[in-house]
Amino acid sequence: MALRFEVLGRFNRARAAQLTLPHFECQTPLFMPVGTQGTIKGLTTNQLEDIGCQIILGNTYHLALRPTSELIDELGGLHKFMNWPRALLTDSGGFQMVSLLHLADITEKGVTFQSPVDGKPMLLTPEESIQIQNRIGADIIMALDDVVKTTITGPRIEEAMYRTLRWIDRCIAAHKRPHDQNLFGIVQGGLDPVLRDICVRGLVDRNLPGYAIGGLAGGEDKDSFWRVVAQCTAALPEDKPRYVMGVGYPLDIVVCSALGADMYDCVYPTRTARFGTALVPEGVLKLKHNAMAKDTRPIDPTCACMVCKNYTRAYIHSLVTKDAMGSQLLSYHNLYYMMQLSRNLHSSIVEGKFPEFVCNFLQKMFPKGDVPEWVCNAMEVAEIDISSCCAPFRKD
Amino acid sequence: MKFVVKALSNGTARAGVLHLDSVAAAIDTPSLLLSTRKGLPLFTSPDLLSSFPSPDSRLLHVSPLHFLEGLSIKTISKIGGLHQLVGLHDCGFAAFPRDSIQCLPEATATNKTGASFETPCGRLLIKPAEYMEMMSSMKPELWATLADEVPAWVSDKRNKTSVDRTIKWLDECIALSPVSGAVFGAIVGGSSLEERRRCAQEVATRNVSGYWIGGFGLAESMDERPALLNAVTEALPEEKPRLICGLGLPEEILQGVAAGVDLFESTYIYHLTLEGFALTFPLDGTRINAPNVAGIDPRKINLRATVFRKDATPIVEGCLCYTCQNHTRAYINHLLNVHEMLAQILLEIHNTHHFLGFFGLIREAIKAGRFEEFRKDFVRSRYDGLVEDGSEPVLLAR
Repeated sequence: MALRFEVLGRFNRARAAQLTLPHFECQTPLFMPVGTQGTIKGLTTNQLEDIGCQIILGNTYHLALRPTSELIDELGGLHKFMNWPRALLTDSGGFQMVSLLHLADITEKGVTFQSPVDGKPMLLTPEESIQIQNRIGADIIMALDDVVKTTITGPRIEEAMYRTLRWIDRCIAAHKRPHDQNLFGIVQGGLDPVLRDICVRGLVDRNLPGYAIGGLAGGEDKDSFWRVVAQCTAALPEDKPRYVMGVGYPLDIVVCSALGADMYDCVYPTRTARFGTALVPEGVLKLKHNAMAKDTRPIDPTCACMVCKNYTRAYIHSLVTKDAMGSQLLSYHNLYYMMQLSRNLHSSIVEGKFPEFVCNFLQKMFPKGDVPEWVCNAMEVAEIDISSCCAPFRKD
Repeated sequence: MKFVVKALSNGTARAGVLHLDSVAAAIDTPSLLLSTRKGLPLFTSPDLLSSFPSPDSRLLHVSPLHFLEGLSIKTISKIGGLHQLVGLHDCGFAAFPRDSIQCLPEATATNKTGASFETPCGRLLIKPAEYMEMMSSMKPELWATLADEVPAWVSDKRNKTSVDRTIKWLDECIALSPVSGAVFGAIVGGSSLEERRRCAQEVATRNVSGYWIGGFGLAESMDERPALLNAVTEALPEEKPRLICGLGLPEEILQGVAAGVDLFESTYIYHLTLEGFALTFPLDGTRINAPNVAGIDPRKINLRATVFRKDATPIVEGCLCYTCQNHTRAYINHLLNVHEMLAQILLEIHNTHHFLGFFGLIREAIKAGRFEEFRKDFVRSRYDGLVEDGSEPVLLAR
């Protein structure tokens, strides 16, 4: 184990903690921006530090292709290669292969696929994935799992869950650097609570440094989504970090945090920035709309980032989707927004003001009180009273 | 605005000092204007601008044409002008429509009512009245009057018309003031020495604070350019600053400095950056070493080359720019290979820093009275030991 996880405050299931990793001391709940190819698109490492990023995600699949894990290793690891002094997390490469490649196929050996370079058949095994991640050198590495879309039904889900458990042992055996890299296991099992339970127990038996809840954020309905998260967080050990992979929207992060999750990652904030959409307390702001051309307010008057302090919606509107600077400025704001959300989650739990924070958040996003039913149901399980934000119970 | 000439070298090259109200420190000339798109650099984000040497990096060129797609004059005025718009307060904006990267004069479409430009949103015709409205709303520290720039190959008649028109528009623009900011009278004249002289002499009689020299970088040859430049500067009063548009390469900048120009707009950084090049020539005045390999320009490296895959050194050892202080050639090589925007950001930062250093060398040489020697050395260093360099012709031809 190469991490320490200390819970500093709680509100029912929600927890605020200090997660100490080899390269950085982090505060959870936290959001991890995705730096697919060893860079967050359009932002420098010093800007990421200014914004308050604590952990960045790198994609093993992409980095193994270019510049290759051997080269990264030779040059001292990914931290040194990209000059990021804080924490890094790499995924296993499995998900990208299955989602990005033609004719990717999963067998007991591993993921077989066609090399995107020359079409040759290739195989990514649990051993190979861990070796690549050992070379890259991230603080947290992910086990190769057999991930299946939640929209699929039938025996394939059960097969994937059991295989994930068999593969975790192979990952553990192959892991050469347990003293400076933390191997997280990933809970699979689709939307089936029985399968999820078996998987959780199996992973917990292996006594890993941390656990991820995988196989979600892929198109399942929100009601199923939160229930799986709730079930897993209830069953996973209290004293270890819980990472919900691929999440996501600010609302989803607030709900999952209420249910007891600690870490999140998603391409959404940076990707949506490149399409001209800003994250704001009310939801989203589409800077491309013609109405923005005359709007001389900042993107978010409550935001303290350098973009909101210096620029008007009108100016950003003139840049978005046309000039690289537009992408940069919006990505900067969106990530700042996510980091501020993380900070607010952490501090409100530590200060014992979590329900107020949640209500405030929901009020801004749903001023008419039309909070979605799935959020209401999830908050009920999390034992957070949001009746003041839900019509027809709103008092004002 | 205040401008004072402090030193001369070889008769015409001058070192001066420019004071603008919006910039705390005085700016030494000859100086580079950083290129912008809608007021901000193309890739260097505003919070990283402060990492450039100051105050040399505080002069920015803005083209009003950039705002025509998506930002109305009224909105710019409401926001309060350029400084408020782009969130940069300690800098000086020089506004003129021609942007040698994206907004080039289209002489065939220019007519007596206005100047035409080929832009990313199509062909635009700008009339003096609208132009002055743009200047009023933008409030730049200095701005050029509207010009009819023609390429080197037009007929004498068309060239003469361009001079007459440019002078007429100068008078119209001035009459449509008051606008804040120093007026730079535009001078054209194509490739004709007489027309260049005539235009300069006419503009010299007008009540302007400086001179904007246009019509260069439009297919005239490097050989004919010095005479044309001298024809202009010889007719201008010494004490007012001269700004030129369209000289890109270092050798072309040196031609401009030799003729007595003080401020330069250049596309060099942009082209280097887009093509993956980083400047590497020494900035301490030492001679550039002759290259070992024929065909390679010793003054820059192309970071796409596989030789840099594992090069863990910075672009230039000892360079104080953000890129060299934080990143390696190997990392930039990787970013270029995977088409990541950070590559252009890091290259633009380094190239800007380095090119500003080049201007520093120019100023030092002038103050030491050895500009001509510096110029000859620099030009010669490019060709030492070379047979032919394939990378520059595309820039020279612009």
